[in-house]
Amino acid sequence: METKNILLVGVGGQGTITAAKLLTCGLMASGYDVKMSEIHGMSQRGGSVSSQVRYGTDVQSPVIEAGTADIIVAFEKMEAMRYLNYLKQDGKVIVNDKEIWPMPVIIGKAEYHPDIIGELKKLADVTVIDASKLAIDLGNEKVTNVILLGAIIKAMGLDHIDWDQIIQDNVKEKFVELNQVAIRKGMDLV
Amino acid sequence: MKKLFTGNEAAARGAWEAGVKFAAAYPGTPSTEILENLALYKEVQTEWAPNEKVAVESVAGASIAGIRSLACMKHVGLNVAADPMFTFAYLGVNAGSVILTADEPGMFSSQNEQDNRHYARAANLPMFEPSDSQETKDMMVEAFDLSEKYDVPVLFRMTTRVDHSKSIVTCKPRKDVQDKPYEKNIPKYCPMPAFTGKMQEKLYKNLEKTKEFSNHCKWNYIEDNHKSLGIIASGVAFRYAKEVFGDNASYLKVGFSYPLPMDLIREFSQKVDTIYILEENDPIMETEIKAAGISCIGKDKFPRRGELLPERIRIAAFGKSKETIKPNTETIVGRPPALCAGCPHRGFFYELSKLKDTMIFSDIGCYTLGALAPYNATDACICMGASISGGHGVAQAFKIKNEKKHVISVIGDSTFFHSGITSLLDASYNKSSYLTVILDNRITGMTGHQQNPGSGYDLKGNKAPISDIEQICRAINIKNIRTVNPNHLDEMKDALEWGIHCEGPSVIITRWPCALKRLSTEDKEEFPGVFTQKYHVEMDKCIGCKRCIDTGCPALEFSRNQDGKMSITDSCVGCGVCSQVCPVNAIVKG
Ligand code: SF4
Ligand code: SF4
Repeated sequence: METKNILLVGVGGQGTITAAKLLTCGLMASGYDVKMSEIHGMSQRGGSVSSQVRYGTDVQSPVIEAGTADIIVAFEKMEAMRYLNYLKQDGKVIVNDKEIWPMPVIIGKAEYHPDIIGELKKLADVTVIDASKLAIDLGNEKVTNVILLGAIIKAMGLDHIDWDQIIQDNVKEKFVELNQVAIRKGMDLV
Repeated sequence: MKKLFTGNEAAARGAWEAGVKFAAAYPGTPSTEILENLALYKEVQTEWAPNEKVAVESVAGASIAGIRSLACMKHVGLNVAADPMFTFAYLGVNAGSVILTADEPGMFSSQNEQDNRHYARAANLPMFEPSDSQETKDMMVEAFDLSEKYDVPVLFRMTTRVDHSKSIVTCKPRKDVQDKPYEKNIPKYCPMPAFTGKMQEKLYKNLEKTKEFSNHCKWNYIEDNHKSLGIIASGVAFRYAKEVFGDNASYLKVGFSYPLPMDLIREFSQKVDTIYILEENDPIMETEIKAAGISCIGKDKFPRRGELLPERIRIAAFGKSKETIKPNTETIVGRPPALCAGCPHRGFFYELSKLKDTMIFSDIGCYTLGALAPYNATDACICMGASISGGHGVAQAFKIKNEKKHVISVIGDSTFFHSGITSLLDASYNKSSYLTVILDNRITGMTGHQQNPGSGYDLKGNKAPISDIEQICRAINIKNIRTVNPNHLDEMKDALEWGIHCEGPSVIITRWPCALKRLSTEDKEEFPGVFTQKYHVEMDKCIGCKRCIDTGCPALEFSRNQDGKMSITDSCVGCGVCSQVCPVNAIVKG
């Protein structure tokens, strides 16, 4: 099987890494070879972050090459644009309708583009979901990442994997149920 | 048993499987998690050392005493540890010993991109270079065996992509390694001129033998495919190469990279028409291979700086990348890292950046961000500890040149313990006159909250004695010391004014926990009510002057609702700094 590439992008602290870890665990449990890569350090201080997951029969590089991502999932909408060159010509983009201002915007040195999603749609196949709001409705904004994970799973056709189990094995007990609800919510959105 | 491991988890697992009983490190991205993971195995005594030199020295001691031992650090850490390492090579080991360096092609969170493969050559030490988690674990086990077999500490070079990427690892049980008896052996362990000649001879002889190993070990192997192109690659560059060239090239995978497997390389060169050398950063293999009279193509075609990512290899080899979608760059704003909401360094930098006529020498940590907007405070920064000794040099030069500028050194608590103490000793001993500010946020913030000698806990979470920074300063004859709360801007400002005008060296200790820290019981006692109440802006009072923005807090947002007023997001933790600068008291608690 050809290697599949999933790119999760967002802002430090949004939980991209956790989502990518759950995804990677699920893929391993169902028998794929899988590699995941992330960069942390300075980037945690509100910087732009990306987690990359590659799976298939025999995965070599832990990083995705530009122009080869099957799907980009952006936890923050401007980050979708930042990483768009990673997308395959016929790849999909899932965008969380969430705006987080970088320091230059906060201090008034730059402007946050008023219609990033419109611009994205001109360039690629984009699905917008309001995962952050849905997460708040579920009672905890922190599960935004798991809702987005659900969306990835559906979009990549990975719903045959027992995600309830994966969550149970990897999430703190008191959050298991919430996460299981969140992942299903995400799957229903796509 | 199969597990999904980062390279760092795999390194820890490998050390555990190899029967390691003692390990020491100073945290540093991308190596930090190795010891954190090793600490989870109860059979291993794991320790945060105040710095890398100390880590290697204690590991050498453990090896001499007869137990397998591991030291870990980031690439620049090996510079600190280079002194003991070069001589440890002469002594050799009793029980196996490995020194791990985590290099950072691409410099994601480092101050330089040095290629620590040079150290293997310089110190005559064998070196392993894994390309993924499975190899990391397996090579780690072998590295200890090799260390004992050839009586030499072994270098282990990882890089960020190997450290921080996850892949599948087959685990094995821990080896039952017998401790070695310790026997007094002065000619082996005391490098005095009478013995060093012999030591050196042994080191070179054993290195010769590792050449044999290099040519025949399973880490260096040929994969025959096409004969038109042959690729010699080490570390993760091998994975990238396979991604780009697939079966269209033959490979010589180099996993044990010093000494290079020259026989194997010669054999490979007979099989293929053209050879590409793919190695991240410096042309180390290339230089050696060319010197052996084998023609190959390396850095004249492939980039030397940064990561040798698949797309960069592809562009270099084929002249173009894969088809990509061009983003609309006009919609993208940079996202530079920033000090967190509630970071105790912000109050300090806010006041610091208002001082005139200063030369500010920073150190390595979150507070290095003081160089960025809105503070733009820092003048220079070199390496751990250099803020204070560098500041000393600046102060001396200004004195000689009769220049009237205030010199201020900025250093964190963990960094102070790492190598700031000796630097401050230098300033005090040589009667320098300038201000050092020690930002004591009660933890090692930058690398993700590791304990340190001032925090009251050790790596395993057990209580540890607290080294009192103020007392240390007194003990090395600093007379002018003040400890302040950096969130109280008046107090901070007053202390800075005082500090820059003292006779002789002065020290200000700012004491407030890192905003992301899990508070200890001691913290809760010392800082009651910390991070409990958020602030908000009273809209009718806010005049939109933007003054609070100068505090650099990412929880402040100007004009999100287009009404020209400030708002505070949920990430506020209630440090109260912004409220102190608001001229109309529009920012209030609750
Ligand atoms: S991690 Fe701690 S020290 Fe670092 S910027 Fe955030 S609050 Fe400040
Ligand atoms: S009180 Fe002000 S400066 Fe402190 S965290 Fe909240 S918004 Fe930021």
